[in-house]
This record gives sequence, structure tokens and C-alpha cells, in this order.
Amino acid sequence: MKILEAAHVSKSFDGQQVLKDVSLSVNSGDVIAILGPSGSGKTTFLRCINFLERADAGTIWFDGREYDLHSMRGSDISRIRMRTGFVFQNYNLFRNKTALQNVTEGLIVARHMPKEQAEQIAIEQLRRVDMQDRRDHFPSQLSGGQQQRVAIARAMATDPEVIYFDEPTSALDPELIGEVLSVMRDLASQGMTMVVVTHEMTFARNVSSRTILMEQGVIAEEAPTQEFFENPKTERTKAFIRTFMNR
Amino acid sequence: MSERLIGILIDSFTKILVPGLLYTIPLTAISFAVALVIAVFMALVQFMDIKGLKQFARFYIWVIRGTPLLVQLYVVFYGLGQLGLLLPPFLAGIIALSVNEGAYCAETVRAALESVPKGQMEAGECVGMSYLQTMRRIVLPQAMRTAFPPLSNSLISMLKDTSLVANITVAEMFMAAQRIVARTYEPLAVYIEVGAIYLLFSTVLTYFQRKGEKALGTYEFR
Ligand SMILES: Nc1ncnc2c1ncn2[C@@H]1O[C@H](COP(=O)(O)OP(=O)(O)OP(=O)(O)O)[C@@H](O)[C@H]1O
Ligand SMILES: [Mg+2]
Repeated sequence: MKILEAAHVSKSFDGQQVLKDVSLSVNSGDVIAILGPSGSGKTTFLRCINFLERADAGTIWFDGREYDLHSMRGSDISRIRMRTGFVFQNYNLFRNKTALQNVTEGLIVARHMPKEQAEQIAIEQLRRVDMQDRRDHFPSQLSGGQQQRVAIARAMATDPEVIYFDEPTSALDPELIGEVLSVMRDLASQGMTMVVVTHEMTFARNVSSRTILMEQGVIAEEAPTQEFFENPKTERTKAFIRTFMNR
Repeated sequence: MSERLIGILIDSFTKILVPGLLYTIPLTAISFAVALVIAVFMALVQFMDIKGLKQFARFYIWVIRGTPLLVQLYVVFYGLGQLGLLLPPFLAGIIALSVNEGAYCAETVRAALESVPKGQMEAGECVGMSYLQTMRRIVLPQAMRTAFPPLSNSLISMLKDTSLVANITVAEMFMAAQRIVARTYEPLAVYIEVGAIYLLFSTVLTYFQRKGEKALGTYEFR
């Protein structure tokens, strides 16, 4: 079942076109990996479809309705955001809130959920990412990997239709990458719909159902993951896989 | 030191301290509280780029920071009095002090708001909170935490600035000291004494500033 579809998304910064007519369709249960060299527009694309950046053109279809990304109203934006999650490269946990409060905040403030109920959900989600022992810690008291796991719990708690991940492990020390990837692998196996921008080729290959290669603001190749890695169609993809797999 | 002088100093100590407790402290506390409200408002309208209000805030800060507090006190008390708006001196003092301090604190709060990483607001919006909700619950509290030390310094300098209010007939500490000097002709000793009492007050404030910073330090930003 289709959850959302972004179509013909374009975006320029200072006259330089960063996204050129990019489209993406997401079905329930999909785990989509977006790969691509630095500067190819991956982050910008995720930010455009979650309205952190206003696209110059393009549409988004969500829950039976189509919206124009450029002229979208604030109320429509909030309604869709209520049902999506976003995990940032640098976590962006609320620095003045504990791990638990980071997770309850969106439930209590944005969804007017009673505190007890919100905390119950939060504890459950923190347990899922194995952070229940640190629930009263502030972000500054947590390692990068722990912060990112709390950030994932925060995104999960709102019961989103899809979670966007923007290079969730790129800011982590190598020894902390594994714990975050393993949490994400669990989510995927439980059927969570995810769009993951990543440089972790092994993760993309083993966990994702579909893989996309972005290059200079366009989608160079999109295919079911197995096909993408075993039988790439474009020379660009072949070259990209070769460079990354040989590292 | 002569016995007479010691007698004067002991006698004047309560005569200065009482107006300090009755006027200087309330004047400082009330004016600073109002100044903070003004400051947060003026900082927010600039930070949020609200048309009209932002320009008003810039104008207000420009005028207030560019003119002496003493002149502002005179305008509020004698100037408005001429227009028939005769304010009680204590109230006039509060208005002038809070409007004055508000301009300085507004700049402090604005700088603190700008120091909060953009990602904090984005994260709030991504969990479904509105801009204003995220501002109130996430960004502003962090900014106030950052602004706490400079704001405490402002509070301490404001305590000292209240002495200017003697000029508009408020019988606060400094005026009490002036009166004692007029009676006793001991300016050196009595003015040092009133200075010592200001020092006592600001030392207490500094102590609370330290405690406050420690209490807020439960979450430190990296
Ligand atoms: N706010 C901005 N202002 C100006 N240019 C920007 C902005 N954000 C991104 N860009 C530019 O847009 C291009 C695409 O950036 P983007 O961050 O989307 O790339 P990316 O694929 O996520 O790269 P990386 O793998 O390094 O994260 C880059 O050339 C970048 O410099
Ligand atoms: Mg990026």
C-alpha cells in the first residue's frame, strides 16, 4: 500500500540546482536506502519532503491527497509531520530535556496526551532501543550512539507512518555505529517503513528492500536492493559500488 | 576615629539600611522583573522577524542605549509631569529603570537565542510541535540558560543604578546618605558607608548568582 509519493521535486540554492526533478514512492513496509556521493542532494531531498526546506517545485501525495510542495500551507505541513518521523545526522536531542522527556515532549505538547500515558509509551520505546536505564540522563551525559538511539525512540514514539533517517551513523565513532544500525535493523524487521540516507553499504545491502543512487541532484538508479547490488544497470552504479565495496 | 564619628556611623547604618530594604531592593527586584519581560519580548520579535514589531524593537533599543539613564528618569518623572501625567516618584523610577534595563537585556537574550543550534527548532517541528511550542519549551529555555550569567551581571549593575533614582525624590539609600551628610558634614565616612552597604547587597546577589548557575548546571550543553 502506498504511503507517500513525492514527485518532480526541485530545489536550488543560490542559483545552483541541487535537486532536479526527483521522485520517490514509498509503500508500507519499505526500507529504502538512498546512496550517493557527498553533495548529491540526499539530505536536501529528505528535508524537502519533510518541509524543513521549501522546495521550488514538486508535489507530495500523502493520505489520499496531493499537495504542492512549494505553496503548501502550514496546517497541512503540521498534519503530515504529525505522522512522520525524522532522525538527524547529529541527533538534535533537546538539550534541556532528559532522554525520557525527549521522547514524551512530542506526545504531551503536540498531541496533548496525558503525561502518564506518554511516559508509558516513552519507556516502552526507550526499552526498544535499550536506553531505559538512561532515561533520566541529559543528552550531554550520553554518548553519540546513545543519543542517536534516544532520537530513534523519540521518532518511534509518535507512531509514524514512515521515518526518515539522514545518515544516522555518520557522526558516530566507528565503535558506536553498530549499536545504532542494529536498532534500525530491528525496526526494519518489525515492518517499520523507513527511508534511510546512508553511506553504510552493508546495511543498505542487507536491510533495505529498495536502493536508490543519487548523483548531482538526480536519481541515477533505483532498483530492488538485490538487483541494485548484483545486477546494476548503469555504469555509474557499477563504479559507485566498486569504490565503496573495495574500501 | 573619633567617638562622635563612630556614633554617626552606627546611627546612620540603620538609617541607610532601612531605605535600602524599603526602596532599593524592591526597586531593583520589580524593575528587573519587568525588564526581563520587555527583554524577552523585544528579543523574540527580532529573532522571529515579526514585521513592524522588529523595527519597533530596534528603534527602542537604539534610543534607550544611546541616552543616559539619568536623562530617561528626568523625562519620565519631570517631563511627563509637565504634561499632567504626574507619576509617583517610585513608580516613575520603576518605569525608567525597567525600560532602560529591558533594552540591554533584550540584546543579551537575542544573542542567546541565536546561539541555540537550528537543529533544536527543527527537531521540535519534526515531532509535530509548532514553531511557538518549540520556542517556548525548547529554544527559549536553552537561551535563558545561556543568558543567565550576563543577565545576573545586569541585575547587579542595576542594583547600583537605582542610586540615580534619588534624583527624582525617591528616598532610597543614596538619598538617605545624602541627608545624613547634610546634617553631619561627614561626607567621606558616610559615603563610604553607603558604598559598603551597596557592596553587601551585591555580594548577596553574586552569591545567589553562583547558586543559580550551579542549579542550572544539571544540564550542561556540549
Ligand atoms: N542551506 C543551503 N544553502 C546553500 N547550499 C546548500 C544548502 N544546503 C545544501 N546546499 C548545497 O546543496 C548541495 C547538496 O547538499 P546535500 O546536503 O543535500 O548533499 P548530500 O547528498 O546530503 O551530501 P552528504 O553526503 O555530504 O551529506 C551541496 O552542494 C550543498 O553545498
Ligand atoms: Mg547529507
